[in-house]
Amino acid sequence: MTPCHLRIARRAVTLVTTVVVAAVALAASACGGDEAAPKDVVLVTHDSFAVSKTVRQAFERESGLTLKILQGGDANEVLNRALLTAGDPQGDVVFGIDDSVLSRALEGDLLEEYRSPELSSLQADFGNPDPHVTPIDHGEVCLNVDRGWFASHDVPPPTSLGDLVLDRYRNLLVVENPATSSPGLAFLLATVATYGDPGWETYWRALRANGVRVVDGWEEAYTQQFSGASGSPGKRPIVVSYASSPAAEVIFASKPPTTAPTAAVEDGCYRQVEYAGILRGAHNEDGAKQLIDFMLSERFQADVPGSMFVYPVRADVPLPEEFVKHAIVPRDPLQLPPAEVDANRDRWVARWTDIVVR
Amino acid sequence: MDRHRRALSAAGRAAAVVLPVAFLAVFFAWPLGAILARSLVVDGRPDVPLDVLTDSTTRDVAWFTLWQATVSTVLTLLAGLPLAWALARFRFPGRSVIEALVLVPFVLPTVVVATAFVALLPDDIERSVWAILLAHVFFNVAVVVRVVGAFWAGLDQRLWDAAATLGASPAERQLRLTAPLLAPALASAASIVFLFCFTSFGVILILGGPRYATLETEIYNQAARLFDLRTAAALGLLQLAAVAAAVLVSGRLERRLGGGRRRSGAARRPAGGERVAVAVVVVGSLGLLALPPLALVLRSLQVGTGYGLDHFTALAHETPALFVAPWHAILNSLLFSTAATAIALAVGIPAAVAVASGRRGLDVALMLPLGASAAMLGFGFLLAFDDPPLDLRSSPAIVPLAQALVALPFVVRSLVPALRAVDARMREAAAVLGATPAQVRREIELPLLARPLAVAAGLAFAVSLGEFGATVFLVRADWPTVPVAIFRFLGRPGEGNVGAAMALCVVLMALVAAVALVSERALVRGRPR
Repeated sequence: MTPCHLRIARRAVTLVTTVVVAAVALAASACGGDEAAPKDVVLVTHDSFAVSKTVRQAFERESGLTLKILQGGDANEVLNRALLTAGDPQGDVVFGIDDSVLSRALEGDLLEEYRSPELSSLQADFGNPDPHVTPIDHGEVCLNVDRGWFASHDVPPPTSLGDLVLDRYRNLLVVENPATSSPGLAFLLATVATYGDPGWETYWRALRANGVRVVDGWEEAYTQQFSGASGSPGKRPIVVSYASSPAAEVIFASKPPTTAPTAAVEDGCYRQVEYAGILRGAHNEDGAKQLIDFMLSERFQADVPGSMFVYPVRADVPLPEEFVKHAIVPRDPLQLPPAEVDANRDRWVARWTDIVVR
Repeated sequence: MDRHRRALSAAGRAAAVVLPVAFLAVFFAWPLGAILARSLVVDGRPDVPLDVLTDSTTRDVAWFTLWQATVSTVLTLLAGLPLAWALARFRFPGRSVIEALVLVPFVLPTVVVATAFVALLPDDIERSVWAILLAHVFFNVAVVVRVVGAFWAGLDQRLWDAAATLGASPAERQLRLTAPLLAPALASAASIVFLFCFTSFGVILILGGPRYATLETEIYNQAARLFDLRTAAALGLLQLAAVAAAVLVSGRLERRLGGGRRRSGAARRPAGGERVAVAVVVVGSLGLLALPPLALVLRSLQVGTGYGLDHFTALAHETPALFVAPWHAILNSLLFSTAATAIALAVGIPAAVAVASGRRGLDVALMLPLGASAAMLGFGFLLAFDDPPLDLRSSPAIVPLAQALVALPFVVRSLVPALRAVDARMREAAAVLGATPAQVRREIELPLLARPLAVAAGLAFAVSLGEFGATVFLVRADWPTVPVAIFRFLGRPGEGNVGAAMALCVVLMALVAAVALVSERALVRGRPR
């Protein structure tokens, strides 16, 4: 072999060795770090959880605890992970359980009872929850419309669920699959709440005949198919999204416009309340209580709209200006009892799949 | 002396088996066993889910899975071979850049590719089975170009010259010389592509819409969403069995096909008509491969109604979508992927040596992680790693370990055909001249393997960098990788979020191209061509 070959071989060996050492060092430092800080509180939550840095730091400073966040999946997947590890949980607090999965969480014997002293400061709708869970925020799943499209096509935007089956809205609506998407499920529940069971089936047959498009998740529906989202290649001007989405279009615009390019339709909005709970078997139960109290504090609640684009449950927290101007807070949103949702959800979704997709 | 040497090499061979087996046992078999036990054991008795396996829905899903994977594999081979030929056989300006660029599609998160495809494809194709097939070709063409190309480049050019001298036409040379010589590398690449398409997840969910389901999407559906662990486990076992069968078949093919001997291949400048052929192939392939990434670059530069770099500069600033400034994700990704590549190489090199010297069982075992559903394995990790010393559930160390598990098959697949093809006579000659087995390995095998090693490292890095399914499940919120950050940004409305996602996609593409270029240069420079 030539010396040149040898050099390459040595180089390869050195490279591999260096990288192995680096990997071991990384793993060791990561493990070491965890052991050195026993004063942690671990929050298990979904993909959409967010909190401002200053607010998180305030909690860590005041409590003396480090807040670790484990994040992944939607509300349903978070719950299923918690059910899988019931009694030997991944963390101390779970956040993001919503109405559609609440009764499964309660039946699963996952959570410790806790009544936060802050509950008395909540709006009347939220002040008296099941003792195993604490409401933290509420989101409203609403139809969003592209104002520009409707203005330029000289068609009035729809104002109710019933409008969507009209001929002038043919091929304009895109919705998420309730089997794979949380807003998709909320929209299906909104139609059940409006038209009753099995009346909703007739409504969806009409929607299908009117050219509704179904996509897998909110990302595809909103950022790809909906024409009103900024930079979207989409061609459909009606989408299932949230009451707060128009405000986000203003806040995240490179040049914030004076009026939002999109609007939420107040009729047919479905309310999703998100809860937190202390996981049974938590390593730091006291820390868990502090975290839940903090999530109901004015500081955290005021941060909820700007961070997660949902609404606070506290009565005394004002909404940010952009929300007041561009978003809506539906006065009389639709809701179904959690037990009814839980008892029928799988059947409804299966029926829906037969009617709309097959 | 001689006996001593033989004992040493036996010990070496044993060591080559122990490390990969231990790695697979701890990070694959144990968690998988934990979730299967939880799903299929009721009151201490096994609950055999035969009813699930004989269900007609299962049959339909399994058939579609097999069908789309087979068609996707054939299309990917057809699409990748011309470029593999051009890159392996000829020297031309920009060749190494193109080799690096080919890897780019491979690291793009499926959400991003689907985004690009939705933007590019006409409406009626967009939601059809064609969209799925095209996306699979786009994703996996790098495997064909790299695995087949690296092998092709190492074949002895004089065989073609001799055939030409003996009067074989170009077509005859390709059919009767190239095809049989390349067969093992083709089988190797085809098996990886097949497994990737067989277990495809994001592409099916997003481009297939709600109408198409594969075993992998159905397992996810049953486990993560419906929490029907019994059905999920049954389908998971079916998928594993199918993958094991596919690996066995391809391994048998690879061995039976034999393949060509390795010498330093001689890439040369294309001459005459070859120049046209190479130009057509390179420009054509690049054109097709570049379209989706270009669409992303354009979108990352779109600011309001004009163009600018605002989305890139915004990566320096904190935003509600992440718990750290977005540029941290780039550092995290580099760190995790480097560690994962190191682990994959440390385990994969001895594993490849063992497989090449006839450990077929290990070969199948190493490919199985590709066949396990990410959702089931993720659940298994949660059940298995809950106690010290492997209390990994909230440790960042679990991320590179999981990524290495996914990257491992690529390392082994890239190395095995080359290892098998090392001319036995060279080894014997060296031994006769007094070289120890270690010397033979160091001075004969390693130099000949420099290029496949570079390919393996590049693929492992790319796979780790783009890995999403396991990472998003395991990573802590303060340690997002680039694909996880892209996913979080895409999950929020507003121009700034979409823009940040697109900018990060561009960064991810640039990263993988740069790393592929550097790793290949570092290892292959100075090699005679």
